Amino acid sequence: MLMFVVRRLGLMILTALALTFIVFFLTNLRPNLEKLARTEGSVRMSEEAVDQWIIQNGHGGSVFVRYGEWMGLMPGWVLTDEKGTVRGRCITATNTPETAPRYCGVLQGDWGFSTFFKKPVLDSLGEKLAATGWLMLAVMLVMVPASLLIGVLSGMREGSRTDRALSTFSIASTATPEYVSGVILVALLASPVVGLSPLLASWGWIEGKTLFLGTATSAIDDITFWNFTLPVMTIALYGIGYIARMTRASMTEVMTAQYIRTARLKGVSFGAVVVKHALRNALIAPFTVIMLQFPWLLNGVVIVETLFNYKGFGWTLVQAAGNNDINLLLGCSVVAVFVVLVTQLISDVGYVFLNPRIRLS
Amino acid sequence: MEDLLSWGQILGRMGSQFLPVWVALVVTYSLSITFKRRLGLYGKLFDSVVGMIGFGIVMFWVFTALLANMVITHDPLAQLSGLKNAVPGTLVPNPGDGIYPYYLLGGDHLARDVFSRMVMGARSVLSIAPAATAFAFMVGVTLGLPAGYFGGKFDTVLSFIANLVLAFPVILLFYLLVTPEIRVTGIPVYLAAVLFIFPILFFSILFNARYFTNPPRRNLYVGIVLVIGFWAYSGLAFNMDPLGVWSMEPNLLNVFVSVVFVNSPTVFRIVRGIVMDLKARDYVAAGQTRGEGPWYIMLWEILPNARGPLIVDFCLRIGYTTILLGTLGFFGLGVSPDSPDWGSTIDDGRKLLNLVPHPAVVPALALMSLVLGLNLLADGLREESLKD
Amino acid sequence: MTTSADTAWDPSKPILEIDHLSISFFTRLREIPAVMDFSCKVMAGEAMGLVGESGCGKSTVALAVMRDLGKNGRIVGGTIKFKGRDLTHMGEEELRHIRGSEIAMIYQEPMASLNPAMKIGAQLAEVPMIHQGMSRADAWALARQIVADVRLPDPDRIINAYPHQLSGGQQQRIVIAMALMSKPALLILDEPTTALDVTVEAGIVDLVKDLGKKYGTSMLFISHNLGLVMDVCNRICVMYSGEAVETGAVTEVFEEMRHPYTQALFRSIPLPGADKNARPLISIPGNFPLPHERPKGCNFGPRCDYFQSGRCDAGEIPMFPVPNSDRHETRCAKWQEIDWLAEPAKRAVKQKAPIGKVVLKMEDLKKYYSVSSGAFGGGLKKVVKANETLSFEAREGETLAIVGESGCGKSTFAKVLMGLETATSGSILLFDENVQSTPIQQRNTDTVSSVQMVFQNPFDTLNPSMTVGRQIIRALEIFKHGSSDEDRNRRMLELLDLVKLPRAFADRMPRQLSGGQKQRVGIARAFAGGAKVVVADEPVSALDVSVQAAVTDLLMDIQRENRTTLLFISHDLSIVRYLSDRVMVMYLGHVVEMGTTDQVFQPPYHPYTEALLSAVPIADTKVIRKRIVLEGDIPSAMNPPPGCPFQTRCRWKSQVPGGLCDREMPPVQVLEGGHNIKCHLSTEILQTMEPVIKMAAE
Ligand SMILES: Nc1ncnc2c1ncn2[C@@H]1O[C@H](COP(=O)(O)OP(=O)(O)OP(=O)(O)O)[C@@H](O)[C@H]1O
Ligand code: SF4
Ligand code: SF4
Ligand SMILES: [Mg+2]
Repeated sequence: MLMFVVRRLGLMILTALALTFIVFFLTNLRPNLEKLARTEGSVRMSEEAVDQWIIQNGHGGSVFVRYGEWMGLMPGWVLTDEKGTVRGRCITATNTPETAPRYCGVLQGDWGFSTFFKKPVLDSLGEKLAATGWLMLAVMLVMVPASLLIGVLSGMREGSRTDRALSTFSIASTATPEYVSGVILVALLASPVVGLSPLLASWGWIEGKTLFLGTATSAIDDITFWNFTLPVMTIALYGIGYIARMTRASMTEVMTAQYIRTARLKGVSFGAVVVKHALRNALIAPFTVIMLQFPWLLNGVVIVETLFNYKGFGWTLVQAAGNNDINLLLGCSVVAVFVVLVTQLISDVGYVFLNPRIRLS
Repeated sequence: MEDLLSWGQILGRMGSQFLPVWVALVVTYSLSITFKRRLGLYGKLFDSVVGMIGFGIVMFWVFTALLANMVITHDPLAQLSGLKNAVPGTLVPNPGDGIYPYYLLGGDHLARDVFSRMVMGARSVLSIAPAATAFAFMVGVTLGLPAGYFGGKFDTVLSFIANLVLAFPVILLFYLLVTPEIRVTGIPVYLAAVLFIFPILFFSILFNARYFTNPPRRNLYVGIVLVIGFWAYSGLAFNMDPLGVWSMEPNLLNVFVSVVFVNSPTVFRIVRGIVMDLKARDYVAAGQTRGEGPWYIMLWEILPNARGPLIVDFCLRIGYTTILLGTLGFFGLGVSPDSPDWGSTIDDGRKLLNLVPHPAVVPALALMSLVLGLNLLADGLREESLKD
Repeated sequence: MTTSADTAWDPSKPILEIDHLSISFFTRLREIPAVMDFSCKVMAGEAMGLVGESGCGKSTVALAVMRDLGKNGRIVGGTIKFKGRDLTHMGEEELRHIRGSEIAMIYQEPMASLNPAMKIGAQLAEVPMIHQGMSRADAWALARQIVADVRLPDPDRIINAYPHQLSGGQQQRIVIAMALMSKPALLILDEPTTALDVTVEAGIVDLVKDLGKKYGTSMLFISHNLGLVMDVCNRICVMYSGEAVETGAVTEVFEEMRHPYTQALFRSIPLPGADKNARPLISIPGNFPLPHERPKGCNFGPRCDYFQSGRCDAGEIPMFPVPNSDRHETRCAKWQEIDWLAEPAKRAVKQKAPIGKVVLKMEDLKKYYSVSSGAFGGGLKKVVKANETLSFEAREGETLAIVGESGCGKSTFAKVLMGLETATSGSILLFDENVQSTPIQQRNTDTVSSVQMVFQNPFDTLNPSMTVGRQIIRALEIFKHGSSDEDRNRRMLELLDLVKLPRAFADRMPRQLSGGQKQRVGIARAFAGGAKVVVADEPVSALDVSVQAAVTDLLMDIQRENRTTLLFISHDLSIVRYLSDRVMVMYLGHVVEMGTTDQVFQPPYHPYTEALLSAVPIADTKVIRKRIVLEGDIPSAMNPPPGCPFQTRCRWKSQVPGGLCDREMPPVQVLEGGHNIKCHLSTEILQTMEPVIKMAAE
């Protein structure tokens, strides 16, 4: 067991390094740097000036060295420019070349400065992540119970009417990506001119103009049912369908297993067969799926935060990419990679725990 | 003429615009149902209601894409004055000769016809999604077969890479891979150079493994594959086709390559899993004991028996690719500004979503129905391939 | 709860009375009448055996009694009375009280029958908790006691274990324990030992018999093995294609069968008591009819030697009672006219070819695998000694049988010989060429085509998505046979003739063939390149008995014609005795005994061979068999016991002085006639061994 965790962790670190390196490489491509030079310096910089700027700001050198510096595995660069001032990665307004630490990268907690937010990446990411955390939490609270329930209900009697209805629902919901369901939900529930809201308003059933709010900007300060329902539902809907289908597949497979027949022919009632005998075996597969859903959930977050203008992590990612804010984008990637890998680890460990066959052999 | 059509009239008019599509569908269905017992798995699809519905929806969009020129009412790029954000069924003010008198599904923020753009969008989606999926399958199959069959270091390395790609949130990957800057560096071309070689590899090995006992025939088949393959390869990957038949504009190439890149690891994992299961079969051992080479066993003994799950996944994956393309459009990545593809139309429309929902809702529903159709089709196929 | 019904029931009446039962499965294409007009009675304390070929509806009957036919199965006629109450019209709730408490069922696959995520104790205790409302603690205590009852060692550990921690034999004992938890009146066993090794099977069968006696349980015992039925049951019901064709007391049916199918069945199984030349196997011609393609009249008509048109195919044939018998009945219109004592017509047997020069010689062959232990990879590497110092030679035209139970290294040996694996050490001399370390890719076409293999599982041996003809032609292509496609096509058709399949089969897909037919194609494919050495890995064990005979004979005929060396791997001693010249018995990677067929089947035996022989059920009332039931299970090849590999189960161990068996690997003793035995027992003690199988005095 210990061996397993150690190996798993080693692999995780290797994956994290590889992923961050790829991101670093792709964000620090020459054209991106030139663009950065022009936005930071001046748009009308000459080619030479751009080259100069890039070297002066420590973006010269080999990509491996720069990655090492950024990661904090190698000493930060130090250069003396033509005016004779010593500049360096770790030299900021608050310290001098002498007092500056040698290493200052992600590992040291120095994630660089965001050109978009005009403040350190770590600070800006922190608050955005908190905002997204609430969103994710709400999504999980809706998605997991709903999808497991749907999956188990439809899988326990394959081919029944309940199964047909629920399966159709889950297929439809997996066919609806967030940017589609978001648009439809807003048009249906949050538009003052079409959909349900004008109707409800005219009947006097709702106080405001719309049933729900079509943007979630205000939810940053104050989460309410009114402004948060649509974004949460939009993300959850796709996931519900997907997890429910996995659960159903796993459940139907378990329900045809010989040991379920054994239980039934022991005289166990149907309810007890499902709860005592089938459920645990059937939930092993969906558990891993839920955990592996995270990369996709991050997608949903990006889309929904853009669509509903909720200034969280996803929104930040889009801004960083759109504004060529290299440090911010790198920061976002580190967080994304971290989240994904941690969930993968949880999924692996959880699988082992749920499955006595693996745990004990 | 009324100024504004009722919803009944709109639907009626749309129905008649789609006439060529209906005809094609009726022909397809009557032929297929008549001969369903002779058509293998495809024929069995017509035994399943779910499968038939799914197939119907998919074919509806396929025919729409093929016959789009006959279906549209207006030039999808034409902007008619006075029809900005027009509601569905609006009369076109002073229509000229041969101009359809209504904007059936209204106008968008640039006063273009939403209906025609939606129809044309089908063409743009369906010309990329299946092809990109097919390429992803080529890559996934060609790598997944040996990884599953041989295992060992090769498998470890490839699986690691596959997991690496899968661990990226797709959007992040797209933001990194589909940018004007990256096109400057030529990375998409290199990626294309790698990814597009796989179909050539696949088919050459396929024919070589089967016909190496008969060199003249082998040389013929492999020769054909190589000539056509490299001809298309030179055009698609490097835009250097001497005859100018094959080409792909850089924007499109970028999108295409990224989508293939994102999809192939999943295919790889599926194929690898199936191969690990099937390689323990006796017929594989029988192949080995008569001295058959590994590629023959993988491609001719194992792969044909993996076709069931692969076909099902192929359908699902086209749907997924459609969603991915929509995502790209939604974030305005890699598409030209006035492309009618559904993702970017949704993006354009969402800005005024609260007040003028139809420019976004129409393509949204179109995309949803296509993906739904593909999912239902896959479900039907899965159900039917399990029976027997 | 059900006490009122219990008291109302008169024990002299049948426990189970099935009357004119018909069951159909409804598929999209058609109705499949799986069971038609089936009747049978089980009295209190009786054990009824249900035998018949695969697909004849045995399991369907059993599941109908449990009323668990699935979504598409339905009872379309007749009644099933249990203690006088009709089960066919019982409601779900009422059924639930009967299931598990009064009728219990045991299935073929013990591993699949146990919930992998629940402790054994919990699964057992559930039964009395549901039916008797017993408290949890009491139920667990009872579970522990029953676990001890089914003779499992260390019950306390076992009730706290998960199913995967037990071996196959132990799991099956748990399933039996579970069925006995509430002392049911009727126990249904559906092929309870098919998935187990013979020596383990013997233990389970003993257990079932004893428990049946102890608790007075009636049994419905389903099996395709006549010998097993004879061991366990006192009554038998032979089924054919959905119908009962003959029923009666076991001894009566075995000795005075009154239905041609039963007779044919007996003639197609090799009996170890009989001489193979005096009693050659006779297979039943033709194929089993599919349920929806049954002929009019007698279902067995198309395959029956006594068929008479106008009588046998006129209409439904009822069950005729045989007079002066104990409820003996037969479904044959001509049963009174047939001369039941007439000897079967002798089949033309190809003369045995003389045995020629040595073609294959193995010396000190060793094959070790190194596997990583533990589920998570890494960890310690362990060595599995799959084959230990194998030495033997095989000659042209000879049949060498390799016998042993699961995990004894039979298949590894085949793989090494074929070149799918290379040997760890030792040498293989094939046609005077050393091949022990030449993997198959490096062997030349000649060598490859002259050593071929026939596989065990008919459903796996052919590629499901390639036509039969194509698969044979591919073998010809690879073996560089013929110069043109026409050549090869012609040869392929000849090969189909050779294995007695119609030429039209060339265009068929494997799924359109029956198991026996697939096996024939597999044989044709193996002989495509004129193989000199053929390894047949349990080629008939997955086939029905009636088909087994035909495939075995075919293999022997082709072998004799081509003077092929046949290495016949099997666990079935009856067939081995029937067809082989020499026998090699393996246990845990070691050859424990080797000699001519006569030497091996007669004392002195190796203790393991003795147990193996005694474990094989024999469907012959005239044979007296000494019962030797081995303790425990076969040890895992991953950690074999020290000293003699068989020492954990050997009953002769005490005869060896000084605990030598625990410490030292026994040497190979060469007895007279080149008979090898790997055992510490002294020659004197070996000589005192008695034959396991004896014919009863007539
Ligand atoms: N669920 C089902 N749907 C359709 N046909 C079925 C179903 N179950 C069984 N059958 C058919 O019913 C017939 C009897 O099957 P059954 O399983 O009872 O045979 P069996 O004698 O137990 O065979 P075996 O020795 O292989 O266990 C077979 O032809 C089989 O194909
Ligand atoms: S009824 Fe006729 S065909 Fe049937 S078993 Fe008797 S003799 Fe044979
Ligand atoms: S060596 Fe000992 S333990 Fe082994 S078989 Fe002979 S007597 Fe039994
Ligand atoms: Mg059965």
